[in-house]
Amino acid sequence: MKDCASWPLRMARGFAMFWWDFLVGDTPELFVAALFIVGVVALVSVSAHENAFAVVLLPVLVIVALGLSVLRGVRDSKRG
Amino acid sequence: MLGVTGSSGLFVLVAAVFLASAVEMVEALTIVVAVGYTQSWRSALEGVGAALVALGVLVAAIGPALDSFPITTLRLIVGGVLLVFGLQWLRKALLRSGGLKAKHDEDAIYQKTVNQLKNDTESLTRDRVAFVMAFKGVFLEGMEVVIIVITLGASAHRLGDAVLAALAALVVVAVVGVIVARQLSKVPENALKMTVGILLVSYGTFFTGEGLKIRWPGGDTSLLLLVALYAVIAWVAHVLLRAAVTPEPVSAA
Repeated sequence: MKDCASWPLRMARGFAMFWWDFLVGDTPELFVAALFIVGVVALVSVSAHENAFAVVLLPVLVIVALGLSVLRGVRDSKRG
Repeated sequence: MLGVTGSSGLFVLVAAVFLASAVEMVEALTIVVAVGYTQSWRSALEGVGAALVALGVLVAAIGPALDSFPITTLRLIVGGVLLVFGLQWLRKALLRSGGLKAKHDEDAIYQKTVNQLKNDTESLTRDRVAFVMAFKGVFLEGMEVVIIVITLGASAHRLGDAVLAALAALVVVAVVGVIVARQLSKVPENALKMTVGILLVSYGTFFTGEGLKIRWPGGDTSLLLLVALYAVIAWVAHVLLRAAVTPEPVSAA
């Protein structure tokens, strides 16, 4: 009975762990950056209706996020 | 702009799904080949078959359900997921191309799998372990393919095309696998990973924008512009990383 009761819990835990590894993993900064980008671009596009600015801002923020994350990777690899 | 209906959108969709599927399938195939060569091809192929059925059921169950989801919300969520996933791939490929991270080594994975199997001496256990290892290898790598197929396919209302692209990759990788067998390390995996990263980030940016009600100039064509932009950025980053890690030549004097 104990096994039956713990099976859904194990499945739920495995499901949560899969998504955690998939989205966060060893690069939490990219997950946080994506949330930040969505928030900022939503303010510009949905609230301020600045479509042209949002079109430019979105890829720029993505490139900045990639650059910062790669720099973090370089720093970590140099630390060994 | 609610549907990725143009030929440029379809091209990027098919390329992203095909290449991402191919990369993941090469990783899965390495494990399957190791299990097949050292233990039993029957157990290995049974494991592959069971994993493919499980993955097919997932696509059939989740894919159509997403069709009834509000498209703007779906695209925002999918865009965010693809953005994170694509940036992870691109970051990893850049660090590997710059020599700052060990490359994914199919030979090492092959050897590790063989060593794990050697430790199980009883034949009944060996068959079961071979089945489980092949199943896990295909299922876990396949899950990433399923997520890409479902998210891209459902958001573009082209789930059928996405499934076909993934199946085409499966056939190509299987045929190549049969031909080259244990030489999967020859596949230029990092270059493929870099390309997939660029495509996923491009789609992620595009869908996130659509989810946030951005009107992209030129519609679907802007997807190709995003691909070109990120390809240039990736190339610049690659050059800068190579220059940063290459040691300066020692003078003859």
